[in-house]
Amino acid sequence: MIGDGAHIEFIAWAYVGVAVLTVALVAYVVWDSLRVDARLKALDKAGIRRRSDESKR
Amino acid sequence: MSVDTVKQPNWFSRLAHPGQFLAWSRYLIWPLAIATGLSFAIGLWFAFFNSPEDYQMGDMVRVMYVHVPNAWLSQLVYGVMAVSALGTLVWRHPLADVANKAAAPLGAVFTALALYTGSLWGRPTWGTFWEWDGRMTSTLVLLLIYLGIIALWRAFDDQLKAGRIIAIVTLVGALNIPVIKFSVDWWNTLHQPASVFTASGPKMPGSILTPLLVMMLAFTLLFALLQVARMRTEILRRRAETLSRQAALQGAAK
Repeated sequence: MIGDGAHIEFIAWAYVGVAVLTVALVAYVVWDSLRVDARLKALDKAGIRRRSDESKR
Repeated sequence: MSVDTVKQPNWFSRLAHPGQFLAWSRYLIWPLAIATGLSFAIGLWFAFFNSPEDYQMGDMVRVMYVHVPNAWLSQLVYGVMAVSALGTLVWRHPLADVANKAAAPLGAVFTALALYTGSLWGRPTWGTFWEWDGRMTSTLVLLLIYLGIIALWRAFDDQLKAGRIIAIVTLVGALNIPVIKFSVDWWNTLHQPASVFTASGPKMPGSILTPLLVMMLAFTLLFALLQVARMRTEILRRRAETLSRQAALQGAAK
């Protein structure tokens, strides 16, 4: 088990930094995906869609 | 031409078709997300509560559980990009440049985290945050290559043309990977020699190796999850851009 001895601040900063950047990366990937989905939905709403999608309707 | 003589695409080509990829990869997202979350939970529990101090470094060994996985991914992701580059140049694979573009920011983040955690590990153990030695400098060069590739992707409007140019840049940059790997053997460095991937197997006790391997699995699953998600997004983005262009051309023709 982790102790509270020397250099604990280095360990804490390492894990906090990794957590922050990893969560930010996941958030960016999700945000980018939602943005592209919204753009495709807006195009679809405007009647702009692929021919293959139209044939499925 | 008879039906028998029509060449059917092989399984690899069918899986790689962007439309097919979108269809089958959607079923990967949730299983990968759950496996990633579970692996991180188990890995962090091992890292903080069920692994011993190192006899020399004490608790600082726990930084290794986030440093080594990120260092491993910094090179693995570049390997994926190099294979993608071959896919673009040799096989003109429809998903190869999508994979390259999707992986570059992920590789940059993992490399930045490897440098960040490495410098935090280095200060108490070596007495310095940074040293211009072979391993650290070649890893910094890798980060700069990732950033250059990201900048190149953003610089081109024609993504197919960009794909071919970036594939060449990616393959040239791949020369840096063996330099990173063998830098600790070729030069005298502060960085310790390889202790996980060695010809004679890992050079550490099971009580420290287990949390390390679980954390490496967790980060690798995270990469797989984000890579699949970003590839799906990139395919849909290109679809949206094509539709927008077609709509603009139709509007101009009216």
